[in-house]
Amino acid sequence: MSWNLDSDRPIYSQIMEQLKIRIISGFYAPGSKLPSVRELAMEASVNPNTMQKAFSELENTGLIVTMRTSGRFVTEDISMIQNVRTELANEQIQIFLTHMKELGFSIQDILHLLKNKENSGGELYE
Amino acid sequence: MNNLVTVSHLTKKYGHKTALSDLSLTLNRGRIIGLLGPNGCGKSTLIKCMNGLLVPNKGEILIEGSKPGIETKKKISYLPERSYCQSNMQVRELLSYFSDFYENFLLEKARAMLADLDIDEKSSLKSLSKGTKEKVQLILVMARDVSLYILDEPIAGVDPAARDYILKTILTDYSENASILMSTHLISDIEAILDDVIFMKEGQILLSTDTESIRAEHGKSVDAYFREVFAC
Repeated sequence: MSWNLDSDRPIYSQIMEQLKIRIISGFYAPGSKLPSVRELAMEASVNPNTMQKAFSELENTGLIVTMRTSGRFVTEDISMIQNVRTELANEQIQIFLTHMKELGFSIQDILHLLKNKENSGGELYE
Repeated sequence: MNNLVTVSHLTKKYGHKTALSDLSLTLNRGRIIGLLGPNGCGKSTLIKCMNGLLVPNKGEILIEGSKPGIETKKKISYLPERSYCQSNMQVRELLSYFSDFYENFLLEKARAMLADLDIDEKSSLKSLSKGTKEKVQLILVMARDVSLYILDEPIAGVDPAARDYILKTILTDYSENASILMSTHLISDIEAILDDVIFMKEGQILLSTDTESIRAEHGKSVDAYFREVFAC
């Protein structure tokens, strides 16, 4: 997985988003140890202070847990990870719905289109 | 003593021309700071005053509590905008020169960086391309263990791949108590690694803030914001 950062939005919040995706996708498994701030800062070519800030914000949400001596870990709380996953899915749906509305589709139309898509051979995940 | 650098009411004139005008500024530890501004706004003059190469007409600079002088030269590693190395010297001669000159020069680190960039220590400076010369000098400067690195236009002549390597080196190697102050026009290339930026205009500080608040408040990259502020 590579880092994809724009410079027109705060970088720490983009890093948070991408760390969340890494966690819910299982790239960082529940309970696993995370790389150090410095390693990740290097990998993403960002300032270590920025990476540190993204980490502390994620610690506040509970998704990342710090063990004093042994480093940072992904939470073992699978239901919390599931919640974040649902939350992100809802955000994506909201974005999708907004765009479809702009194109003039009602919810009914959209459901219909999705149904057709599914019937035409399960290309939903193409 | 908490601030790494305190500049107070600094004024520097060249004859009738005022290069710095009652400029005050503090730099904190552990930060990577971009010194940005249009040509002729006083960036290099400020940097030279910090390094004790120019004497201001008024005002004071304190680096960890000391005025620029012998003590502060141990604490600052400075990359000037123009080279001061003799072009008939070989890279290895420069290495031994720096080892002799600076007690905090880390020879092995410099060697490793030269090797990473495939620079032969036996080549003389004049045989190297402009960009490679810049790399050599930047390596020499970054291989010192100091509190403050001041880089005046460090990456202008360096190709993008080597630029990435250099920025990564800066990120991995600088210690948490040290700060880096760099002047540059290549804002978009370096803004992801900057903590703070200082915008200078006509010898004064226009803005001194952290990069994330520019992005948050203006919804723009530092590069785009700079272009807006200094639009001609």
